[in-house]
Amino acid sequence: MSAPAQPSGSAEVGDTGAHEMEHGTTKLAVETEALTRRFATVTAVDHLNLAVPASSIFGLLGPNGAGKTTTIKMLITMLPPSAGVARVAGYDVQRQPVEVRRAIGYVSQMLSADGALTGYENLLLFARIYAIPRRERRDRVFDALEFMGLSEAAHLLVKNYSGGMIRRLEIAQSMMHRPAVLFLDEPTIGLDPVARRAVWAHLRELLSRFGTTILMTTHDMEEAEEMCEYVAIMHRGRAVATGSPEALRASVGPQASLDDVFVHFVGGLIDEGGSYRESARIRRTARRLG
Amino acid sequence: MKAEAIGKAPGFGAPLGGWARRELPGAVRDTLAIADIELRKLRRDPIELFTRAVQPALWLLVFGQVFGRIRAIPTGGIDYLTFLVPGILAQSVLFIAIFYGINVIWEKDLGIVQKLLVSPAPRTALVLGKALSAGIRGLAQGIIIYVLASLMRIRLNFAPWHVLGVVFFIILGSALFSTFSLAVACIVRTRERFMGIGQVLTMPLFFASNAIYPLASMPGWVRDLAIVNPLSYQVDALRFLMVQGGQSVFGLAQDCWVLVVVLAAFVLLTGWLYPNVAA
Repeated sequence: MSAPAQPSGSAEVGDTGAHEMEHGTTKLAVETEALTRRFATVTAVDHLNLAVPASSIFGLLGPNGAGKTTTIKMLITMLPPSAGVARVAGYDVQRQPVEVRRAIGYVSQMLSADGALTGYENLLLFARIYAIPRRERRDRVFDALEFMGLSEAAHLLVKNYSGGMIRRLEIAQSMMHRPAVLFLDEPTIGLDPVARRAVWAHLRELLSRFGTTILMTTHDMEEAEEMCEYVAIMHRGRAVATGSPEALRASVGPQASLDDVFVHFVGGLIDEGGSYRESARIRRTARRLG
Repeated sequence: MKAEAIGKAPGFGAPLGGWARRELPGAVRDTLAIADIELRKLRRDPIELFTRAVQPALWLLVFGQVFGRIRAIPTGGIDYLTFLVPGILAQSVLFIAIFYGINVIWEKDLGIVQKLLVSPAPRTALVLGKALSAGIRGLAQGIIIYVLASLMRIRLNFAPWHVLGVVFFIILGSALFSTFSLAVACIVRTRERFMGIGQVLTMPLFFASNAIYPLASMPGWVRDLAIVNPLSYQVDALRFLMVQGGQSVFGLAQDCWVLVVVLAAFVLLTGWLYPNVAA
C-alpha cells in the first residue's frame, strides 16, 4: 500500500496537512478545517483540523469530554458547527447533508438496535431506508447476517442478543448500503474481551472487502493500537497530536507505549483542569441546548 | 492502489449507483418501512390494545346511560346513547394517540431515533410512518366500540361504505393527534415532562369538542374553541357515518379536508422538529 501523504507524522496539530493532501495523490474521506462547536459558555470542539485518508482506520482518542462525540455529531450532520468546515466523502456537512447521510454509516455509543424486532427486521428496515431494491434486500440482509456471524440468530428478538451480538448487528445495519465512511463511537465499550476481538476482526474485514474508511472514537489505548493506522489525540476540543501510533510513540520516547503518549499530551492538563467535571458540564449544556 | 480501492468502494463519490434505483418514491417507501416496523411490534404485543377497552366501556355504560335517562342534552331525534358512541370512539382514539409521542422519547433514549436521523430518509417520512402505524393502532378502538355498542343493543350503520368511511376517519384522526403528540415529544424530550403535558392536553381537547354534546348546545366561547378543534371534525364525520340517519354539521368533505390539512401541517412541523428530539 502506497503510504498516503502522512497526516503529519510529527506530533503537532495537523494544521498544514489538509490542503496538501487534497491536491496530492490520496483522497480524504473526512476533512475538517478549524471546525468549532460552542455551547453557551463552553467550546466543546475548538478549531479542529482533521485529515482522514480514504480506506484507513482513524482513531479519535481523548479523555471524556475532549470533544470526540461532539466532533462525530457534526460529521454525521446531527449537530451544526458553530464555525469552520467539514467535508465527509467529499461533501460539505452543512451544505450537502443528504449526500453526506447517503455516504456514511453510524454506530452510536449506545446499544441501539431495536430489541422489539428480530435481527432480520432490524436490517430489513435499514435496507429499505437506504434504498436497496426489493429483489436484493433479502439477499443483502442475509449476507450481512452471515458476514457478522448472526445467521442463526436472524429470527430471534434482539432483546435476547448479547452485547457483542448487538454491536455486530449494528455494524451490519450501518453497512447495509456500503457507505464510504463508517463512524463508530466507542465501538467496543462495555464488551467482554472475546466480543471485542470479534468486533475488531469484523471491522478489519469490512475495510479489506469494501475499502470502507473507519473513523472511531475510543479512550481505550489497546483498541487504538490494535486497530488504527492513524490517531488524533484530542484534548479540550483540540487535536493535540496526530499521526500513526508508531510515530507518536517514537516522538515521546524510545520505549514509549501509546498510554505514555496519551499521558504525555493529555495527562498533565487533566491534573490542572479537573477534566471530569468539565466533561459533565459540557454534556449537560450540550443536552440542554441541543 | 489506494485510489483504486476508493473507486471500487461503492458509495464513494457516487453513493447511489444502479442498485439504488427506487421502485417506490423514496419518501413513500420510507414511510411504509417505518409503519411496517411499528406494526410488527404491535402484532407481537397486542395485549395493550384490549386493556384500552375499559375506559370507553365506562363512558358508554355509566355516563351514557345516566345522561340518556335525564335527556338533558338535545341530540335532535336520535337517542343520547347512540349520539354518544361516535364521540366516545373519537375520544378513546384521541387518548391513545396523544400519548404516542412517548415512544419516540423511549427510542431516543435507546439511540434508535438517532440512527434513523443519520439516514437519508426524509424526516417527514419518519414522522408520517409513525403516524400511519398509530392510525392503524386506533382501528382496534373502532372494533372495541362496535362490539360494546352491539352488546348494548345500540344500532349502528353497517353499510359497507359507511364502515370504510369510519376506518378512514379513525386512521386520519389517530394519525393527526399522534403527530401532534410527536411534536410535543420533540419539544419536551423527557418522559416525565411529556406525561404531565399529555394529561394537560387531553381533557381540554375532549371537552372543547362535540364528542359528548352537540355544538348547538354550547355557549359561544366553547363553540368557538370546538370549531378550531380538529377532534370536532373527526367526531362530526364519525357521527354521520356510524349513526343510522346521522347528520353532519360541517359536511363530510369539510371534515375530511380540515383533518388532512391539519395532519399535513403537523407532519411538516414535526419533521422539522424531529432532529431536536435526539439532540
